[in-house]
Amino acid sequence: MTLQRTSAEAALAADYAARRPVLFGATKMRDDAMARFLEAGLPNRRVEEWHYTDLRARMNEAAPLRSADAAAIGAARERLTSLELGEAIVVVMLDGEFNLGLSSIGARPQGVEIGSLATALLDPANADLIAPPGLGEADSIVSLNAAFVQGGAFIRIPANMRVERPIALVNLLSGGPRHAAYTRSFIELGVGASATVWEISENSGGETQANDALVIKLGDLAECDHIAQVHHRGEKSIAVHTLLATMGRSARFDSFALVKDTGFVRRQMFARLEREESHIGLRGLSLLRGEEHADTTLVIDHAAGHCESREFYRTILDGSATGVFQGKVCVRQGAQKTDGGMKSQALMLSDDATMYNKPELEIFADDVVCGHGATVGQLDDNQIFYLQSRGLSRAEAQSMLLQAFAQEALDHIADETLRERFASEAHAWLSMRSKA
Amino acid sequence: MLEIKNLHASIGDKKILDGLTLTVKKGEVAAIMGPNGSGKSTLSYVISGREDYTVTQGEVLLDGVNLLDMDASERANAGVFLAFQYPLEIPGVATMTFLKAAMNAHARANGQSELQTPDFMRRVREAAQKLGVSQDMLKRPLNVGFSGGEKKRMEILQMALLQPKLGILDETDSGLDIDALRVVSEGVNALRAPDRAFLVITHYQRLLDYIKPDTVHVMARGRIVKTGGPELALELEKSGYKDYVGEAA
Repeated sequence: MTLQRTSAEAALAADYAARRPVLFGATKMRDDAMARFLEAGLPNRRVEEWHYTDLRARMNEAAPLRSADAAAIGAARERLTSLELGEAIVVVMLDGEFNLGLSSIGARPQGVEIGSLATALLDPANADLIAPPGLGEADSIVSLNAAFVQGGAFIRIPANMRVERPIALVNLLSGGPRHAAYTRSFIELGVGASATVWEISENSGGETQANDALVIKLGDLAECDHIAQVHHRGEKSIAVHTLLATMGRSARFDSFALVKDTGFVRRQMFARLEREESHIGLRGLSLLRGEEHADTTLVIDHAAGHCESREFYRTILDGSATGVFQGKVCVRQGAQKTDGGMKSQALMLSDDATMYNKPELEIFADDVVCGHGATVGQLDDNQIFYLQSRGLSRAEAQSMLLQAFAQEALDHIADETLRERFASEAHAWLSMRSKA
Repeated sequence: MLEIKNLHASIGDKKILDGLTLTVKKGEVAAIMGPNGSGKSTLSYVISGREDYTVTQGEVLLDGVNLLDMDASERANAGVFLAFQYPLEIPGVATMTFLKAAMNAHARANGQSELQTPDFMRRVREAAQKLGVSQDMLKRPLNVGFSGGEKKRMEILQMALLQPKLGILDETDSGLDIDALRVVSEGVNALRAPDRAFLVITHYQRLLDYIKPDTVHVMARGRIVKTGGPELALELEKSGYKDYVGEAA
């Protein structure tokens, strides 16, 4: 059944046709992806995976792409300074395009390849790397990203190299007049390599539409810590982030995402554990208020046995915010001795907030340990009374319990500096609430 | 010090305290004994300001000030301390952070400046040592994974740090083995002082072997039905509460 195209879908089709001659490289990937997108249309309530995040309804119009002008570059430079990225190796995408001038990659260890996606795609062999077959292909927003991708980083870390400094991938949208940006970055960690990837995605307000994808390929024994922070301000902003990860034997991937001050976001992660003995940990904290909407959707594919997956998400909802957690763990027939554990816990501070929790297990192997738990609750009056009985005011007691709830998620961040940084951001968010 | 006059309290439609009157003098240790369901724990909650209960009549005065006009935190800062029968586990809240917040709340409420960290650490360390509270316990989230005995010791540690005017011990002996009972009781005894009163709520005489009361009050059906000296507790141990429960049936 083909539904009639919405005006946004029609505009995307026309825009693609107009841009096609000037988009760099990977024409086949783009054309195939656009065909898939047009077949499916924008994700909507009828698509099970998007049931709680109706992008078709949200996206009335498709915003145009644009290239950053001098003013936008100047503003981005200021923003990068205020982000205090420390000693990180910084790779910047501004309004969808890789920007070498804003990046600072001089500190990269010798042998680490960091460049622009556009340049990398001059070699057709690289096109397969940035769109791993069978991973997220059925998702029309991933297809849209592949069709329109403007730029991104292309990073390869050679075997056995430990990159000590974090690699910061900063996706900035300059805001102002309504516009869209599509980035896709690729990071490969060779056998036994390790790195911390710090992803920052933000706009400076306005009606921006961001569609970012990050493709991570972990070789055997590779280890990656991934930290994401998402700030897309603006009631009418839309942000969609996709992580596509493939993992080799005995690889480790641990990811943490902090979502706050974001109008409307969908973070979706597709991971495939392709060889034995690997570990994946996906965790996060979402702080939502007002009319904000945040969706975290995970699909973990245990394609090989003896692997471990852990998911732990916490959400605090105030006002009339909406939170969505969907976690799907698939264990294929041969993936014996899989150990999976998933938890999503939400704390509601308002009667008008809504949380949808949907854990799913699809298990075809018979010797596995998989569990999931999902809770939605309020602050515990008994705990509040206990703290009050020690002299803390009611507001102090509530604030302490909220901090604790957030902190238990933040404790999963391995890097101490980043953990403290996120904790202070969460603290600021919570204390703004207690003042209000 | 503590004057409770004709106190009536209920939870929902259920009346629990029914005209309770009780006076505890400065320096006095008053034991409240009574059968299950007589309202002992309710009394401790009503004095300390738990919101689930509705006080329909009466007064609770601490040094002449009506506690019923205050919320739980104000009462705590005015000198009421409740050692819980079942201390709450608070995941994610570091014990030291909690102790500091509580001590600073008291300091602020009493017009004192907040504690400096070294001073705070020293006071906690000293009190912890006396109660056999290990450094490891202090490093954990508040009460999380503590045994029953450890939780009770943590309650007494908090009482020692907050130095209340009135300490209420709600079934502090429950779930304690003899060794833990001794440690906890010694902790309480060390806090006995001429200007501090205790309300020791217990079902059994056993605790009173360790914390010697000055007065013993029998509670039944939401009020004090008999008052006496320490010998009353021994009497109850022999005869049980049947004389008092019988009237209710």
